[in-house]
Amino acid sequence: MTDTTQPTPEQAVSRSKLGVVAQLRSLPMVPVFILVFILIVPALAADWIAPHNPITGRIPDRLQPPVFFGGTWEYPLGTDRLGRDILSRIMHGAKVSLSVSIVGIIFGGVLGTILGLIAGYFRGWADAIIMRLVDITMALPSILLALVLAVSVGPSFQTVIAVVVFVLWALYARQVRGEVLSIRERDFVARARVSGASHLRIIFRHILPNAANTIVVLATLQVGSVILLEAGLSFLGVGIPKPTPAWGLMVADGRQLIVSAWWIAFFPGLAITLTVLALNLLGDWMRDRLDPKMKGL
Amino acid sequence: MQRYLLRRVFQSLLAMLAISVIAFALSQLSGSPVDSMLPQDAGPEEAERLTKLWGLDRPVHEQYFIFLGNALQGNLGQSIKWQGQSAMGLVLERLPATLQLGGFAIIVSTLIAVPVGVIAAVYKNTPFDAFGKIIALLGQAMPNFWLGIVLIWIFAVHLKWLPTSGRGGLSHMILPAIAMGWFQVAALMRLTRSAMLEVLDSEYVKLARIKGVPEWRVVWVHALRNAAIVPLTYFGLIAGSIFTGSVVIETVFAWPGTGLLAIDAIRGRDFPVVQAVVLTFAGVFILVNLLVDTLYAYLDPRIRYK
Repeated sequence: MTDTTQPTPEQAVSRSKLGVVAQLRSLPMVPVFILVFILIVPALAADWIAPHNPITGRIPDRLQPPVFFGGTWEYPLGTDRLGRDILSRIMHGAKVSLSVSIVGIIFGGVLGTILGLIAGYFRGWADAIIMRLVDITMALPSILLALVLAVSVGPSFQTVIAVVVFVLWALYARQVRGEVLSIRERDFVARARVSGASHLRIIFRHILPNAANTIVVLATLQVGSVILLEAGLSFLGVGIPKPTPAWGLMVADGRQLIVSAWWIAFFPGLAITLTVLALNLLGDWMRDRLDPKMKGL
Repeated sequence: MQRYLLRRVFQSLLAMLAISVIAFALSQLSGSPVDSMLPQDAGPEEAERLTKLWGLDRPVHEQYFIFLGNALQGNLGQSIKWQGQSAMGLVLERLPATLQLGGFAIIVSTLIAVPVGVIAAVYKNTPFDAFGKIIALLGQAMPNFWLGIVLIWIFAVHLKWLPTSGRGGLSHMILPAIAMGWFQVAALMRLTRSAMLEVLDSEYVKLARIKGVPEWRVVWVHALRNAAIVPLTYFGLIAGSIFTGSVVIETVFAWPGTGLLAIDAIRGRDFPVVQAVVLTFAGVFILVNLLVDTLYAYLDPRIRYK
């Protein structure tokens, strides 16, 4: 009875709390730091912390170089050909990147998860149809489709989201389906079925929570590629319309001036690279913690 | 094997059919082509005549079957922007340039990725491995259009080693191939590394070592040959991303291929050409995947009997 190795309930609780603290301690600090300062804080607070207006510039101050390259602290990263402050535009651009990836991943993830649950749980013809659609979606060159869509209905925030959702849902559907296929064979699902639980209840109370880690990990791993996709579309002129400050658009703006004013294209691209790099590192960390099975992804 | 192949061919045809539906639907979204084709001073009778001629007054599903019938014969109509040229003709004319650049990019990235991946696996947890990891991380984080611009800025503008843009000899292909291929290098390298780590741990590699086979032969012949099957499947995906990448990279480097054609066509609202590009890209992509799957099933008998 007096088994000292068995933790008392109190001990168990404190141990799991300690676990959370230890987990947070082991967060890779550099990526988190980068993300907070390049993406999150600017996205939330650009209106207050950006030194200049991102859309209307001062023409007399056009093409100012960055501070250590002959410029002044007035414009730390220089100005573009309309005299707009690059730093302020990058800060406001974070808003676009963050909102596109959050909205796109929520819509694409929810749609893909639901279809993946249906395909994996019910099998049969629903599975066949959904998986064929996944194959077809993955066979389409996404950027091309985005271009066509943007031209036929016009580039806007909504078309970017539509493209992101179109690209993402298939990934989620396939991953979630695979997960559900193995979960539905487990004993607790059979028991729930025997005890008379409805399909909906089994799916949402028993299967979904067990697939949650996979879904969260996939979402984290995808944020970076969604930001890259949005930047690519905006760069080609079929994403976020001008004059909204979006990182991809800013690179496109500076492309022709790369010889005389390299900073216009360089800094926004650097912001994209650092953000995506940090997000990928964070995604890898999450995957190792929550879902080591997905190592091959 | 035959049943597996037959099923894959059927799936590919189905995918192609679905893509034709999407291509057709998108052309419907874009409004009537009559408006963009007719000269400004044309009257309503002219418009009506053209509408009849193209069958635009028929029901939508009939229009689709007309479209499909024509598409099967390689006829996707005349280009709107490039007068007097057929849409498919334009795409086929530009396709070699894209395949040339894409093929070069695939070769360069394989030649970089596979050795670096093998070395990273052999010297696991050493500076070599860390170096490989940094290349991979950067490759997956840098937007390819920005990488292209930075490469032009450094190697063409500053150092003047390579031309900035256009199509020419080998020197014209180096920068676009790097910009296009770096992302692939990253993924291919990681795959090669993990496959090699697994294989290097296996019994037959140990046996080869015990037999006294020189270490370089163990790594580069015995192990690599067995590890190569994993990265091979990835080539189907690479083919897709090379086409997608071509749209961006050809724009940055003014490379006169299908990707640049697509962008020009889209800016000129030239829908027949856009449709032709979409169908061609999807067709080549599906074909490559079919070939890769066939090859894979041939190499790994377990796949056929699944």
